[in-house]
Amino acid sequence: MIGAWRLERRTEPSRTATALAPLAAIAFTLLVCAALVAWAGAPVGQTYALLFDGAFGSRFAISETLTRATPLILTGLACAVAFRARLFNIGAEGQLYLGALAAVAVGGMHGGEALDWPMPVLFAAMMAAAALAGAVWLLIPALMKAKLGVDEVVTTLLGNFIVLLIVSMMLDGPMKDPMAMGWPQSVALASDLELGKLIERTRAHTGLLWAAGLAVIVWLVNRYTVFGFRMRAVGANAHASKFLGLPVTRVMVGTALLSGALAGLAGAIEVAGRTSYVTLDMSPGYGYSGVVVAMLAALHPLGVVAAAVFVAGVLVGADSMSRAIAVPNYIADVIVATALLSMLVAMLFSQYRLRRMGAA
Amino acid sequence: METLDLLGSAAFWVAMLRIATPLILGTLGVLLCERAGVLNLGIEGIMVAGAFSGWLAVYLGAPLPVGVLVAAIVGGLFGLLHAVLTVMLGLSQHVSGLGVTMLASSLSYFAYRVSFPKVDTPPTITPFAEMHWLDGIPIIGPVLGGQTPMTLFALLAVPAIAWLLYRTPVGLALRMVGENPAAAEGQGLSVTRLRIGAIVAGSALMGIAGSFLTLSAFNAFFFNMINGRGWICVALVVFASWQPGKALAGALLFAFFDALQLRLQQSTGASLPYQVYLMIPYILSILALVVMARRAAYPQALMKPYRKGER
Repeated sequence: MIGAWRLERRTEPSRTATALAPLAAIAFTLLVCAALVAWAGAPVGQTYALLFDGAFGSRFAISETLTRATPLILTGLACAVAFRARLFNIGAEGQLYLGALAAVAVGGMHGGEALDWPMPVLFAAMMAAAALAGAVWLLIPALMKAKLGVDEVVTTLLGNFIVLLIVSMMLDGPMKDPMAMGWPQSVALASDLELGKLIERTRAHTGLLWAAGLAVIVWLVNRYTVFGFRMRAVGANAHASKFLGLPVTRVMVGTALLSGALAGLAGAIEVAGRTSYVTLDMSPGYGYSGVVVAMLAALHPLGVVAAAVFVAGVLVGADSMSRAIAVPNYIADVIVATALLSMLVAMLFSQYRLRRMGAA
Repeated sequence: METLDLLGSAAFWVAMLRIATPLILGTLGVLLCERAGVLNLGIEGIMVAGAFSGWLAVYLGAPLPVGVLVAAIVGGLFGLLHAVLTVMLGLSQHVSGLGVTMLASSLSYFAYRVSFPKVDTPPTITPFAEMHWLDGIPIIGPVLGGQTPMTLFALLAVPAIAWLLYRTPVGLALRMVGENPAAAEGQGLSVTRLRIGAIVAGSALMGIAGSFLTLSAFNAFFFNMINGRGWICVALVVFASWQPGKALAGALLFAFFDALQLRLQQSTGASLPYQVYLMIPYILSILALVVMARRAAYPQALMKPYRKGER
């Protein structure tokens, strides 16, 4: 039976299938998860209605979804950029936290007292420090991959655990907020450095504009620059790229710096836009969800924005839904994981089709 | 001086072997998959699912060995999903594995919350008892006696897997499929079936590895209890050059350092923040990868999907 059907590569990737892939994947996901909702003993239609309502149903819901989408756009971009060049950066979670630490180190530790810089300079320094922290952290596994052939997936994953311990150490030690009554949080950012509100009286902040702007920039770099072309070439075929005389290691390093910087900025923007200090639970896995965002967007930088809003909507909607009905909010993670796997399969069928053996 | 005293105490070696057990089982699981040419990053989530399902079965009244069996079956099923995606459809092994990890762990947490909506303290079970009837054996007795039967199972699984890989026709075929699938196909072997079988069997071992935590090491299921152990197993396989004997040695060596850091952390003279000690296992795993990088003899077809008739 296994051999009765086979996959056959399409001569041209099907445009219709490519466009329909995310929709098909999401439809399949909602169908599968409906079974889980039914198992939890809740009415499926009402659960999904509550979920959608909690994500997009009101001004407040939309503002919460956009707040969540902001870091997801950036970690999604970080993954998309790296995956395009076949650098599997699964360390965006760690890079985000290091970016957040760096932002507070520059913009909070001195509280405007020690560092008497003009605000715009201090703001730029804060963002640069966060980007640098993320970039350098990813540079280590990228170099280990390029020079020694060490698989970067495992090293970036293990790096996430190390970073969380570094954060915990910092919150106990040098960056501890003395006013927090033993609560593990860092000193706060100087209030002048905080980002403005996007929607009044909500948590949605202008970090969203930063994230969306960076998505456009990444798209332009990808499409119109030599570096973008080289990244895509190395991703498509590193061996052939080397043969053509492309500096494969340098391209890999450049990709790692860009990807790590984007994830680091996610941390700085979270701190400046939402939390104003670093805590150990400031990211509920934004780095890992970034992988899903990138895949749902088929690694397209502009698609990342839409995919991030979708994933954020699922997370926010599920939280709100689980307060009203007896379905645990972990359903959000199940939806996100199922969407990732379905999207992988859906993308395959834009390049392949099923053929019955011997029918040709 | 203090360290010397430590190495002389049986309690230290008991702790070390206990830490090593899930790593031995998990590493063997990854090894089986990779020997057949497929990376299985689903391990982290499969261990969560094994820990949860095995524990739930026992909580609902099944005997402990049945709990282990349930964990193996659940692990095998998630392995089957990974196999369908990577072997039959030839999808990216990296992304599929991460997807399986996300799915398996989120499904476990979801099922836990559905089954126990309003509990603050995790419900407990009676775990496997220690085998103190072995205490009489000279030298190793006190160390083995402090373990549960699951550790014995893990230790016996090492020669069993080695025998399977190097002394049976199935093992030869499996290694061939991981090195040169086209040649294996030429010999009339089914690459698809062998790879699916290896992934399902390996994932079953990962499920058992997870269940060790809820059925032997602890008596309840906690969130985040796997805590990167799966990823560490993936690193250990490279360190072990894909050989079962070296996998055992690697897991033991790793557990030695982990047990040591636990003791150092607890000893009164600890001058470093405790987080530094907790980092050691992860840093060691990365170092192991770097040290072995030059010598690593990867299975030649690892991470290369095989599609019949396609170059």
